[in-house]
Amino acid sequence: MTQLLAPEDLGILALSLRVAIVSVVASLAPAIAVAYVLARCRFPGRTLFDAVVHLPLVLPPVVVGYALLMLLGRHGPVGSVLHDWFGIVFAFRWTGAALASAIMGFPLMVRAIRLSIEAVDRRLETAARTLGASRTRVFATVTLPLALPGIVTGSLLSFARGLGEFGATITFVSNIPGETQTLPLAIYTFTQVPGGDASALRLSLIAVVLSVAALVISEWLTRRAARASPA
Amino acid sequence: MIEVDIEQRLGTFDLRVAFQADAPVLGLFGRSGAGKSSVINAIAGTSSPARGRIRIGDTTLFDTRARIDVPPEKRRIGYVFQDALLFPHLTVERNLLYGHRLRSTGERFIEPTRVVQLLGLQHLLLRRPANLSGGEKQRVAIGRALLAQPRILLMDEPLASLDVPRKTEVLDYIERLRRELGIPIVYVSHSVPEITRLADTVVVLSEGRCLACGPVEEVMGRLDLRPATGRYEAGALIDARVVAHDDADQLTTLRFDGGELVVPRLEAVPGERVRTRIRARDVSLALHRPESLSILNVLRGTVVAVSDEEGAVVDVQLRVGGAIVTVRITRRSRNELGIVEGVEVYALIKAVSFDQRSVGYA
Repeated sequence: MTQLLAPEDLGILALSLRVAIVSVVASLAPAIAVAYVLARCRFPGRTLFDAVVHLPLVLPPVVVGYALLMLLGRHGPVGSVLHDWFGIVFAFRWTGAALASAIMGFPLMVRAIRLSIEAVDRRLETAARTLGASRTRVFATVTLPLALPGIVTGSLLSFARGLGEFGATITFVSNIPGETQTLPLAIYTFTQVPGGDASALRLSLIAVVLSVAALVISEWLTRRAARASPA
Repeated sequence: MIEVDIEQRLGTFDLRVAFQADAPVLGLFGRSGAGKSSVINAIAGTSSPARGRIRIGDTTLFDTRARIDVPPEKRRIGYVFQDALLFPHLTVERNLLYGHRLRSTGERFIEPTRVVQLLGLQHLLLRRPANLSGGEKQRVAIGRALLAQPRILLMDEPLASLDVPRKTEVLDYIERLRRELGIPIVYVSHSVPEITRLADTVVVLSEGRCLACGPVEEVMGRLDLRPATGRYEAGALIDARVVAHDDADQLTTLRFDGGELVVPRLEAVPGERVRTRIRARDVSLALHRPESLSILNVLRGTVVAVSDEEGAVVDVQLRVGGAIVTVRITRRSRNELGIVEGVEVYALIKAVSFDQRSVGYA
């Protein structure tokens, strides 16, 4: 082994990280909002809403990718509007890969955050209101900080899911080197060509290192958050 | 001045309570399930009654007819919960300042330094709630409520989850607030000693109804309220003034309109108001003024009521000056002495029966 990493490996790694990180950052706010609604609000259609949020978890990823392609493709009902009015295109772009990752990781993120919001003592929120804080302020200064461990866990689950995303990504944005070819897609491609075994193995090792690192960081963050807010 | 007139249905529980009171400390007394918490939650605005009106001073906080329901954050009502409910992710200092920084300077009447000093919190400021004892938590909770600059302070069984030494500690601090700050307090409790030590006016609640509302001595002494106030807690409350100390014998003399009381030495200056509690079982009766007696306190009074219960024990109520004193004697003594309404008797109270706890500052 002359070199630990080939130059093209670095490009694949950078693209994968960018896709996963952007997907997590972009889904954080909506996930917190949905988790809060599911944890604290009772309204007709709540069960249906809950089911829709969890759909990506149970559907075959290819189906999700296909649905995205239908909706957000250049000629899809949403995609055409985005393109014509705002010049935004998802299909066959890295942003589309990030969107696919975000959607696949969304239920995992919502679940973790929702559990931690449900664990926040509502009487603490009541106490904050009697001290003069509006609902919004109570959310920002009491609920959110106390739910932090769940937010960290949820983000990490979603990040890991994004790194491993395959089915929805390849269906929605295809497998374009340098644009949408993330780690799993690249590994798959190398296993399909003669003499690609060495590259596939190298990339797989990168994936293992990345996943372990993410786990360790999350563990550390969760502990820090738990120390800051002993329940 | 606090005015409450509310109706609320919670499942099978039907709450219908109306009272008004103008007292430095209003006690809300009743057993668990009597509706005490529902009443103060309605005052704090954390629950909305189906019908009614709540006013504090000349501010209407809630009125179904006028469609007024001020949200809790705008009511300026300090709420001290039974289990403190400090924010676990903030230090004591940040907990204390949580409400303070949300009030404008015009609304502020008490500064953090004063609260810290008053409640003895200086050495706790940098700690987190998880590292505080129960009593310390409750003191911080009181400080946090005060710094939100409330018009009135609600305390919901603030001592209920504390052990006895912690109870005493917090009670001393609450008494201090009452003496030094003059902020009206609504004190909710099912404990007669707490209510009688702190409250001036008491509202007795039972099964969602208000049974009585009046001066604490009068209401807690009433024989007809026994089912709600409890038989074994019977006693009398006397507001008196310190007359003099006897340093040689370590005694203090108190005077009220029914006579003088000699009690073990108190840390109070002559002229200061104190409140003493006399347990019914610590009083004996005599038909004539006895002589050559070890008992220092002999008060003259008139029998105004005799309880009519089964068993060996009866309670007799005497009017002594303006105070009502309840006396517990045996049925046999009552019959032998011929104690009925209107009889003049002497009440004998041993000075040693006034322990530290039964004499407080009024």
